[in-house]
Parts: sequence; C-alpha cells; structure tokens
Amino acid sequence: MSATPVLALRGVSKRFGAVQALTDVELEVHAGEVVALVGDNGAGKSTLVKTIAGVHPIDEGVIEWNGSAVAVNKPHDAQNLGIATVYQDLALCDNIDVVGNLFLGREIKRRGVLDEVEMERRARELLDTLSIRIPSVRIPIASLSGGQRQVVAIARSMLGEPRLVILDEPTAALGVEQTAQVLDLVERLRERGHAVILISHNMADVKAVADKVAVLRLGRNNGVFDVRTTSQEEIISAITGATENAVTRRAARTNAEAQK
Amino acid sequence: MSIEKSPVSVGKTDTANTTGKAHAPVDAPAAAGDATVAIDPRLLVREQGFAGYIGEFKRKMRAGDLGATPVVIGLIVICAIFQSLNSAFLGAENLNNIFVAMVATGMMSVGIIFVLLLGEIDLSVGSVSGVSAAITAVLSVTHGVNEWLAVLAALAAGAVIGALHGFFFARIGAPAFAVTLAGLLFWNGFMLQVLGSNGTINIDGEGVVGKLTTYYFSDIAAAYGLAVVAVAGYFLSAFLGNRRREAAGIPSRPLSEIVLRTALLAIAAFAVAIMFNQYKGLPLAVLLFAIVLVATDFLLRRTSYGRKILALGGSVEASRRAGINVTAVRISVFAIAGLFASVGGLFWASKIAAANQSAGAGDLLMNVIAAAVIGGTSLFGGRGRTWNALLGVLVITSIQYGLALQGIATPIQYMITGGVLLATVVIDSVTRKTQKSAGRA
Repeated sequence: MSATPVLALRGVSKRFGAVQALTDVELEVHAGEVVALVGDNGAGKSTLVKTIAGVHPIDEGVIEWNGSAVAVNKPHDAQNLGIATVYQDLALCDNIDVVGNLFLGREIKRRGVLDEVEMERRARELLDTLSIRIPSVRIPIASLSGGQRQVVAIARSMLGEPRLVILDEPTAALGVEQTAQVLDLVERLRERGHAVILISHNMADVKAVADKVAVLRLGRNNGVFDVRTTSQEEIISAITGATENAVTRRAARTNAEAQK
Repeated sequence: MSIEKSPVSVGKTDTANTTGKAHAPVDAPAAAGDATVAIDPRLLVREQGFAGYIGEFKRKMRAGDLGATPVVIGLIVICAIFQSLNSAFLGAENLNNIFVAMVATGMMSVGIIFVLLLGEIDLSVGSVSGVSAAITAVLSVTHGVNEWLAVLAALAAGAVIGALHGFFFARIGAPAFAVTLAGLLFWNGFMLQVLGSNGTINIDGEGVVGKLTTYYFSDIAAAYGLAVVAVAGYFLSAFLGNRRREAAGIPSRPLSEIVLRTALLAIAAFAVAIMFNQYKGLPLAVLLFAIVLVATDFLLRRTSYGRKILALGGSVEASRRAGINVTAVRISVFAIAGLFASVGGLFWASKIAAANQSAGAGDLLMNVIAAAVIGGTSLFGGRGRTWNALLGVLVITSIQYGLALQGIATPIQYMITGGVLLATVVIDSVTRKTQKSAGRA
C-alpha cells in the first residue's frame, strides 16, 4: 500500500444554513484499499461523499489528492482528478440503451461520428470482465431490473479508469446473489489498484470487503477501525455513540438468555 | 430457445432495431470464462437468419413496440378512403401537391421534434415562421436587399429568437411553455409591426424564396437519381456497418434482413420518383426536405450532440452528472427549433407567394405539433426521430388535400385532424401501457 493516500480530507467542515453537517472530518484512502464509510442516518455520510464528488464545495479544511491540496468545486473537478461516484439514485437515462449509458458524456468517436461498433465491443468486454450478465447491451435501461441497473451504473464508473471509486449504498436494493456480485465487483476494483469508498448500512457487507471502517457520528469522526481486528460490536457502538445502546442491550439480553 | 415459450418476457430490442443499429442473433453475454454458468433462461435469444427476424417482429408487436407501424397503416387507410371517394387523390398532380405543401409544416415539425425530445414544448414556432417571412419580404422587396442576404438574415433571426427563448428557459428557469407562449404573442406582434400598415408584401415568384416551392428538376433523371442514391446509400451504410460489426466480433444482422429493408425502401423511393416524374419532375422543396431529414437524423443518432439531446430527454440529472452542459444544449435546441421555424416560414411564404399578416397563425402551430406526435414522437421526451415529421405531416396534409378535393369545408377539416391526433395519442398511451407490462417503457 502506498505511503501517500490517494485522497485525504483534513479538517473538512460543511454548513447548510443553520445546520453544521460536517465538522473537522478527517479521512484517508489509499490505492488498493476499500474504506467503508458508516454512520447512522443523518451522520453526514452522503454530505461527505458529495463534498468529495464536488457537488457541495467544502467550507473549511483541505482536500488532498496524492498528497497535494486541490480545489473540488464542481463535479467536473472531481471527475478530472479521477474520482468516480455511483450515487444511490443511479442517474441512468431510461430511454438510452446500455452501451449509450455506459459511454454517456465520453462517447467514442470515429471521424467525428459516434463509433457504435467500438463502444459496443468495449461495453461487452467491460461487462464480461466484471462478469455482469444482462439480457442485451442494446436494450434501453428501462427494461432492466434494479440490480442490473446497479451493476451497469458501477460498470459505467469504471470506464474512465478512475483512481477512486465512491459507491453510495450499492447493495441496498439488491437480492442475495446480486449483492454477492456487487461485492465481488468491489474486490475486483481493489485488486486492480483502485481506491474505493463504500457507504453501507450492512455490517456483513462491510466486514466482507472493507479494509478500514471510518465511522461518522453527527457530522464528526468517531473512529477509524481496521476491519480484521475490530469486532462488529465495536463498530456499532462507535456508530451509535455509546457502548450502552439498543444494540448492545439486545445482544446482552440474548447472551443472557442463551446462558440460562 | 423459442421466444414464444419464454416464461418471462424480458424485452430485448429497442426501437433502434428499426433504425440501423444492428441486433444480436445470439445476444446473451458469454458466461465469462466459466462454462458451467448457464445462460439465463429468461434471456431472449433471437434465432439466426430471417426466421429470427420475423419472430422478433411478432414479439415486438405483441410487446407494444409498434414503432411507425400505426402511422403507416393509418396513411394507407387514409389513402384508400380518399381514393375510393375521388380517383384523383392518388393521381400524380394531387400527390405532388401534397408533397410540396407538406414541406413548410414538415420543416417546422423537424424543429419541434428537437424540443419534444427534451420533453419540452415550443409554442412560438408559428409566430417565428411569420417573422421570418416578414423579414425576408421587407428586406428584399421593400428595401431591395439581395434576396440571399435577406434569407440568411431571416434564418439567423429565427435561430436568435429560438436561442432567446432557450435562454429564458434554461438559464432563468422559466417554464418553456410559458416562455414560448409569450413568444407566440410577442413575435406575432413583431411580425405585424415589421410588415407595417400595408399588411401584405408580394414576393417575386422567380426569386430565391419564390422558387423554393415552384422549382422542379424536370429531367426525369433527377428523381430516379435521388431514389438510386437513397437506396444505394442505405444499403451500403447498413452493409458496411454490419461488416465492421462482424469484424469486431459483436452481433450483427443477417444479410437477408438488410436486403429486405433495402427492398422496401427501394419500392417506396421509386414509387415516389415515378409519381414525381409523371407530373413536373422532382420538386426542389422535397429534395431540400429529404436532405434536412437525413442530416437531422444523422445529427441526432450519430453524433455526441444528438446523444446529449436524447440523454436530457431521458434524465436531466443523469446528463448533468455525465458532464453534459445542460444549459448550452437546451439553448441550442431551442435555437434549432427557431431556425427550422424560420425555414418553414420561408416555404410558407413561397407557397402563397407573399408575406402577409395571417402568416404563422391559424392551425399552423397545432399542425406542426400534431405532425410530430402523429409521427410517433413522445410528448414526454427522449423518444422520437426526425423521420416522424415526414410521416406525421404526410398524414395531416393528405387529410387536408383529400377533404379539399371533396369540397369539404375547413371546420370539418379541423375536426377530422383533431380526431386523428386524439387517435394517435390514444394508440400511443395504450401501447405505452403494453410496453410497461412487457418491461419496455
């Protein structure tokens, strides 16, 4: 793992009117590393991701890219750096086919004209290497299922060969097998040396693929844990902000019952 | 694997199947490197060869993916009815008149299709067409400016007016409906102001504008040559495209399908060419309209600019995130609509050999929008092609001329055209429901 993180946030703060959404947040992501970003609803996960993706410019703090400070003021800045974001609402065009969606905004051209043949060939190649199965690359997105749309959206983010991929709850709406496919995909991204930020509510997914877990609570850092040496309970207590909470109480109760 | 027996119908093709993008004989992605992974049995696998093409067509019909079929059937029905009422309807002269008369509305319809693809509407095209005619007439007739320059000025004015509407819509954020409604009133008043108290300016029938609808390539080689170029061009582009697909190892269409499509196009093209040559030859107006249709279709489907327009019609948010400059595309699309409105205005002025106060008024705007919708352009954006303008405007103009041949008055014409428009949107809505249940919309 490289010494300099691909992306580092130093003391990032963000306000929306009277709401302090992020306060002094620190985050580091290295190449070939999957960092899970967890936290309760409203903890600031989505806001943090949007500041990195350039949707909401930060108010205070520094975003470092490969060790040097950069300004990320609009989505284009983030894209140029090599940051690809897959949002929860997938942002695909229903009326355009899979190939067209994969290459939307970065069409391959031959003599100034769209090169459909080359785009279709590369689309198939990409979907094959990611083991993505969809009925056809020439059907409109409207005819795909939710899981198929998710993998198309992730595949789409891979086309620009990004250094950092941000996945916002990629498995939230998926079935068992498709969740496994997406997690496989995340591991393949790591093997290829991409840095990955994974937002998830699902601790099983986090334990399965993440290297580090960064916990946000009420817009502040609440610990960064190594997944291999940290128990699920520790992470959950960091998320909820106390060792004494609904989850631990329930666990204690179940343990007590089991011991009887 | 038989398509009919598939338990779940996963739609496989899109309207692009009728547009030249080839489709897969076997289109299940290869089970990557793992022979034990079975191809998903729900995936539709099209049979090889011609039988597969027929099967595909039947399945699309059942799934509600009708494409241009209802319009074509409607056109045949309209022709059959009027022909049975009056044998002059399918005569060379009447058909020729229909083809020439439809160009003005058709040009404007091409422009409005660009706007409809965004899911927006432009109500000002009628008034803008009137402004264009007035500018040309006043500059060239009243002030003696070179007519070519006057035409260029009118076209530029149309584009600028459209861009202005686009600016208020895209930059300021006012609804396009309201902005262009304001435009409808404003530019109509502007046209009356430009024309002045006189009201009507007659245009030189032998000038640039005059010849738009009166010039004919009387040499029979012109019409036949155009047909040959169209058929050969279509076949070559389809055939060479297919060869490239084969070379790249991606699914291609069977040769029999390309030959069938080319044959159908050839029958239509030569029938029209024979018809023109029985009258005065190939009309300049029709040639220009054909060029515009080919060019705009190419722009929409083969360039990244066209892809941006379609993307905006599908999802504005997705387009924005893909780095598309939403504001610029929107403004440019309204400029295109304005440009084609002024082109249509010139053809209109040419047809009546004058720029007058009623230009762009009456049922023109409604006919322009109706033509786009009857031709198959969705009012909700993202679906449609500029060829829709040709089909739609053929239907509308055929009805007008057919009824005129019978001596049926304008009120009845309006009612019948309205009925046809309603029937079209009903068919559109019903098929969209079918498409939804077949997982296609």
